[in-house]
Amino acid sequence: MNHYEQLVPLHAQSRPVVMDADSGRRDYIVTRALSMHYGERQVLRDISLQVAAGRITALIGPSGVGKSSLLACVNRLTDMLPGAHVNGELRVGGVDASHAATDVIALRRRVGMIFQKPNPFPLSIWNNLAFPLREHGVRAKSQLTEAITTALQEVGLWGEVKDRLHAAALSLSGGQQQRLCMARALALQPEALLMDEPCSALDPIAVGVVEELIARLRGRYTMLIVTHNLAQARRLADDVALLWPRDGAGELVEQGPAAHLFDSPRAAVTAAYLRSERI
Amino acid sequence: MVRAAQRNPSANSVSDRIAGKSLTLAALLVAALILWVVVDVLWQGAGRLSWEFVTTAPSDVGRAGGIAPMLVATMLILAVCLAAATPMAIATAIWLAEFAAAGRALRLSLDVLAGMPSIVFGLFGYVFFVHMLGLGFSILAGGLTLACMVLPVVTRACEESLRALPDGYRLGCAALGVSRAATLWRLQLPAAMPGLAVGIVLGIGRALAETAALLYTSGYVDRMPTSFSDSGRALSIHIFDMSMNVPGGDRGAYGTALVLLVMLIGINAVVFAISTWWSETRLEQA
Amino acid sequence: MTSWLASISPPSRRDRWLQWCLRATAWVVGGILLFLLLFLLREAWPVLRDVGLMPLFDDPSWHPTEGRYNLLPMLAGTLYAAVGALLIAAPLGWACAAYAVYFAPRRLAAWLQKLIALAAGIPSVVYGLWGLVVLVPLIAAYQPPGASLIAAVLVLAVMILPTIILLTESALRSVPRELLHGAAALGLGQWGSLRRVVVPAARSGLLAAMVLAAARALGETMAVLMVAGNVVQFPATVWDPIRTLSANIALEMAYAMDHHRAALFASGLVLALLVIALMLMAACLHSPCPARESRRGRWA
Ligand SMILES: Nc1ncnc2c1ncn2[C@@H]1O[C@H](COP(=O)(O)OP(=O)(O)O)[C@@H](O)[C@H]1O
Ligand SMILES: [Mg+2]
Repeated sequence: MNHYEQLVPLHAQSRPVVMDADSGRRDYIVTRALSMHYGERQVLRDISLQVAAGRITALIGPSGVGKSSLLACVNRLTDMLPGAHVNGELRVGGVDASHAATDVIALRRRVGMIFQKPNPFPLSIWNNLAFPLREHGVRAKSQLTEAITTALQEVGLWGEVKDRLHAAALSLSGGQQQRLCMARALALQPEALLMDEPCSALDPIAVGVVEELIARLRGRYTMLIVTHNLAQARRLADDVALLWPRDGAGELVEQGPAAHLFDSPRAAVTAAYLRSERI
Repeated sequence: MVRAAQRNPSANSVSDRIAGKSLTLAALLVAALILWVVVDVLWQGAGRLSWEFVTTAPSDVGRAGGIAPMLVATMLILAVCLAAATPMAIATAIWLAEFAAAGRALRLSLDVLAGMPSIVFGLFGYVFFVHMLGLGFSILAGGLTLACMVLPVVTRACEESLRALPDGYRLGCAALGVSRAATLWRLQLPAAMPGLAVGIVLGIGRALAETAALLYTSGYVDRMPTSFSDSGRALSIHIFDMSMNVPGGDRGAYGTALVLLVMLIGINAVVFAISTWWSETRLEQA
Repeated sequence: MTSWLASISPPSRRDRWLQWCLRATAWVVGGILLFLLLFLLREAWPVLRDVGLMPLFDDPSWHPTEGRYNLLPMLAGTLYAAVGALLIAAPLGWACAAYAVYFAPRRLAAWLQKLIALAAGIPSVVYGLWGLVVLVPLIAAYQPPGASLIAAVLVLAVMILPTIILLTESALRSVPRELLHGAAALGLGQWGSLRRVVVPAARSGLLAAMVLAAARALGETMAVLMVAGNVVQFPATVWDPIRTLSANIALEMAYAMDHHRAALFASGLVLALLVIALMLMAACLHSPCPARESRRGRWA
């Protein structure tokens, strides 16, 4: 069965239903009772997370609690990790994504991912975007040019690189590389973006630029962003979810609108975590 | 580092000096031994070497004439060997590096195979390729026997070079919904190309140097081969035959040995150049 | 209105294909060893069936055309030559590797490295040629006939030196720097740190280097065939000619028939089993594959 048929049409003018966030909450990513092991070791337990369509959800928690692992569950990158196995339910964009038979290629095209360390391919800037586009069937030069230009403009990199599109991507600065990676993901016209501490490997100025970019994309993509930095979560997030370790495995202790969670956390650990972080 | 300790004069300095002296002596001895062999081949081989030597057929059972048929036979055997071994080695290396989480049995079997004496491969090739598959004493049988022999070396080197790539390539591509086939073909293999070339060069070195495995597979015939099913005498076999079976064949043997050494060194250089070029253009057009 | 991206078949099918092909190839490659051993056994079977295993080791002599199949003198020749070569090459190789890694000036170390890499690539038949033309006459001048156990030992020693040195160097290089810093901080000199810190830490690697070199020496055919004299006997002194198992196969395979041929395959099998034992030993000496460990969690 061709899963592409279930995709919302992705042409630029017809941005999908996930946009109308104010017409009532729609969840784009939903996990139910999701748990994950690396070999024998459990790293996530009983996670029921909802990520609202078109909003920015920050995933916070101490390091090693399994935030990156949870992101990897959402786009099934776990399939690539030796020893990783996941139980529970996962729906992405209304489609069950937790089956062995799920078309993970289609899933990953709808859900882009940005890694902690910028990982441009050892190709030219142009080919960093063109390579995945070609693999997804975009062959015509005109379409490639349009998609690449649009994506680079979207991340504000066009002005900086338009004269050297055939230079090596690895010659860009760290912040530029990370934006290139975002452009690479956006060129595939995803519906959601998963970002794993996208700013933590960048210098302060680059952090500002990337944060601004993320804020600018609000409303157009469903974004789930892992961050260590609570100030950043405050600045960016509409919703916040907190993972906390219990018996060595991460559990979801609280999730909700950012304002509620920061100002009147329900769980004691949330309050303690926010307090400790402030000191 | 130990080197840093050199500057601290201490109670150890006497034993240090003795140790340093004797290790230096050992290294000198080793270098001298190796140079002895190399210079001997250069010295005695250079006198025999000429354009005529590499372009004419031998006469007077090798005492006169050249080694053209052996050069051609060697190249043909090498071509068969690489054509068979390279794709299999790279496929197995990809399997080991990318798909087989454990692969312990396969790795162990490769390691054991890598240590097998070449005469054992010769026996195997003699039974399986020469007789069972009916290839007879032929370049095809010799090349395929050598392919079995170099497979483990090439495979392990290719596996290492694939493993050395950053995980960001695999995971980055996967996260973009790029198939593993495309990731491998467009990104990982080109990026690993220099390492793969090292593996292939190792294989070439082994194959060119091999004698025992060819004795009973590709045979002795010193005529110019006209097809892959002809018997062909490899350079190494020619060296052996000239020095052992032909009185007064030493000079020819040395000339051949020098040609073989030059080929080994030359092929190394060429393959490295090609692989660098390939990996660059490949990555350009991904 | 179509999406740019909607018109392709799911590439995951391509991946399944790829995976299937790779798996099949891996099985074939993994099967070669088994296949090879089975063939040796099959061809050796007639002599094992009709004559039995024991006569291979307690017949009065090796006269295969007369139905006497004693492999022991050649087994002894093989072992003597290999062990002798190892006794010479191992200390020399370790010393040279230690010098290259810890003592040599950088430029010299680079040159030494190149020379050793060159030596590792020299075909064994060239070592044999050198032995035959240079070494054997030297030995003959001192103690005829020249082609002898000692000639085999020396040629093999020179031949396995590069193997030992390259493997030992990589074992020495894998000793963590912190250990060396610690040793230097304790006031151990170069020699002291080498003996008390590096050698114990690299011991399994050093042993593995020796085992692998031993396997190479045991299996070597051409170099030994050219210098050892090839007389089937237990050597009384190192100046006596010997014949090794591998040389025997190379010499007699051309005309061997029936049980003689099967006996040669049996000796190939003996050689293969010896090497398998050594390779398994080397595999046990090596710690579990480090590359696999480092894959964990790198992406997070
Ligand atoms: N590939 C892996 N194999 C085994 N364990 C892993 C792997 N990746 C992460 N882990 C472990 O799982 C736990 C969660 O890791 P991770 O999801 O990276 O946490 P976070 O992103 O919250 O810091 C950690 O204890 C880590 O050591
Ligand atoms: Mg993380």
